[in-house]
Amino acid sequence: MITWIKGGEVIDPRLKTKKRQDIVIRKGKVERLFNPGDFNPPRDINVKEIDAHGMIVTPGLIDMHVHFREPGEEYKETIETGSYAAAAGGFTAVACMPNTNPVNDSRSVTEFILERARKVNLIRVYPVAAISKGLRSESLTEFGDLKQAGAVAVSDDGRPVVSSQLMRRAIEYARFFKLPVISHCQDLYLSNKGVMHEGSISTKLGLHGIPAASEEIMVVREILLAKLTGCPVHIAHVSTEGSVNFIKQAKEQGIPVTAETAPHYFTLDHTALIKFDTNAKMYPPLREPRDVEAVKRGLSEGIIDVIATDHAPHSPLEKEIEFDRAAFGIIGLETALPLTLGLVREGVIDLPSAIAKLSYNPAIILSIKGGAIEEGKEADLTIIDMKKEYVVTKEDFKSKSHNSPFIGWNMKGKALLTMVGGRIVWESDELNSRS
Amino acid sequence: MYRFNHKDLLGMDQLSVSDINLILDTADAFKEISTRDIKKVPTLRGKSVVNFFYEPSTRTRASFEMAAKRLSADTLSFSVSDSSMVKGETLIDTARNLQAMNPDIIVIRHPSSGAPHLLAGHVDAGVINAGDGMHEHPTQALLDLYTIRKKKGKIKGLRIVIIGDIIHSRVARSNIIGLQKMGAEVTISGPPTMIPVNAESLGVKVVLDPSKALRNKDVIMVLRIQLERQSRALFPSIREYSIFFGLNKDLLKGAKRDVIVMHPGPINRGVEIAGDVADGPFSVILDQVSNGVAIRMALLYLLIGGGKDDNLD
Repeated sequence: MITWIKGGEVIDPRLKTKKRQDIVIRKGKVERLFNPGDFNPPRDINVKEIDAHGMIVTPGLIDMHVHFREPGEEYKETIETGSYAAAAGGFTAVACMPNTNPVNDSRSVTEFILERARKVNLIRVYPVAAISKGLRSESLTEFGDLKQAGAVAVSDDGRPVVSSQLMRRAIEYARFFKLPVISHCQDLYLSNKGVMHEGSISTKLGLHGIPAASEEIMVVREILLAKLTGCPVHIAHVSTEGSVNFIKQAKEQGIPVTAETAPHYFTLDHTALIKFDTNAKMYPPLREPRDVEAVKRGLSEGIIDVIATDHAPHSPLEKEIEFDRAAFGIIGLETALPLTLGLVREGVIDLPSAIAKLSYNPAIILSIKGGAIEEGKEADLTIIDMKKEYVVTKEDFKSKSHNSPFIGWNMKGKALLTMVGGRIVWESDELNSRS
Repeated sequence: MYRFNHKDLLGMDQLSVSDINLILDTADAFKEISTRDIKKVPTLRGKSVVNFFYEPSTRTRASFEMAAKRLSADTLSFSVSDSSMVKGETLIDTARNLQAMNPDIIVIRHPSSGAPHLLAGHVDAGVINAGDGMHEHPTQALLDLYTIRKKKGKIKGLRIVIIGDIIHSRVARSNIIGLQKMGAEVTISGPPTMIPVNAESLGVKVVLDPSKALRNKDVIMVLRIQLERQSRALFPSIREYSIFFGLNKDLLKGAKRDVIVMHPGPINRGVEIAGDVADGPFSVILDQVSNGVAIRMALLYLLIGGGKDDNLD
């Protein structure tokens, strides 16, 4: 059997092109790309046709920053429910952070995650292992063994590596194994008891603030360590104007630093917290309008390489409580695509660049499959209706949790079909597909 | 006649100037009751008021209880030691349980900013915020406004300085909002570690040095210093605080002749305020306490639905 995706506009994020092409898929791989009308399906083979007229076809989206909570907090999310949420959001691959219980700081946990993902058999799940044992910032985990077990990066995400020396050792040692190091930038002593951005709204609400400097101090530290050692560092969830500027300077000096942001940082600012909405509580916190503008500039000027969701499911137990006691984080897999497409409509970035930040760039940073629709490569792709309008509802989330500040929002743009290795893992009723 | 249209009192933020005037006028009418031989009227007979205190409090809790009892409401008080918080019950679950008993008013004090808002969303009863975290303490601000109006005959056009730990103070926050709404000009003063970095967003003037800040002011409001804040590097020692930021007789010489000195209590004698100032001729600290009962009577009455008939006896 072959699959024939016809009539769609195929995006190549690497070449920054968009052109009408038919895609023929056989045995899980992209067999050939045809100009419209050039493909004549052979009579003797069963052909599954997918009509993508009016749609765009992109490399499968890759989210390099999610929390799937398994093992340990399966009441919030599992690898299965998280994978469904990812597929429904257009993602064919995710990298899941190690702050599970137990922490993914050993081969056995990495293998467990991969085994669960294999059983679920939906999207590609890449474990990110911890930098330090138990995320305690004391001693390094076994990077080599973890890499062999299947980890694609190391990070203490959710916590910073407090010791600058340990961070230096981590990036030096990780380079030998070609493992990217992802840094959650937060000066814990400065953020202290902070629960939201320090600014006019925290002053008004009487909530302890987290100054922008709490993030920027660590961004600068990581840049200086990368400069000192020549070893690469990836900065997670950039949220401030200062971070964007420091990363820009670092890149101009040729320091090996890459960076990501999340859709909420280019969509919302701290005024979203004015009614103590715990679904707007995350780390880093929502900042000020000028920071939102800076993050957009960072995306448009290529300072920020990646859009990742920081998908962080929490149950009502952690969210429907007093604001200062509520957990940090929101889910994002099912809203990232339309919010990013909003940037394209706004003219902040062009479509191929947006798709690059959601597929090609994370694939390069993590050295994983995907990021391009190429002959002979795995058929991981996403079919997107750019014009589809809908309202986000709690009920529609495939994620086990629904801690999202975007419930009730009008969205435009939706993944109608998600394909992993030639297999359809998500398909909306709205797509005309027939065998 | 102007109608009071609120289910809850969560913060000064929600009140209009007319609301505030109505509350102060109503308190005036109730104040007289506390001076009678028999200090009780049947106005809220058959109504119930639950005092729900997640933080220790003597003054505020006693004041609410006294207010409710003088209006003949039934009162029930929980405090943190015997509440369910220690048992791990969530605030929303506790709220649902309280609601099942069908109280008319729940008065809540809670260490988390915004907790009364969360509660109010889950109960039919009216909710009064008796202090939430570092956010608001609206009944304190109202009793302060009432005291100022009593002493000065007006609020509009007055100059007020608030001295102390502004950033962590719900009393300061509520007073700043209330005073500005009523047309007063507010200055804040204190060590820089206790002043918000973006104080201008509150619409106030900042004069860090109290000796300069209190010049030409009609009202000096001194805030209680939380002694435990010393450990968080907000100030190095109580001794140094009292020397540079405490209100004492010498400092008061630079103030206007008819200045009044206020403090929400409980006072740390010799720290933020010298004993002889607290007890001295400019102090209205005990007036604040007695006015607090009248203000809380007014609020219970208005929130339960008073104002629809005018039967105060």
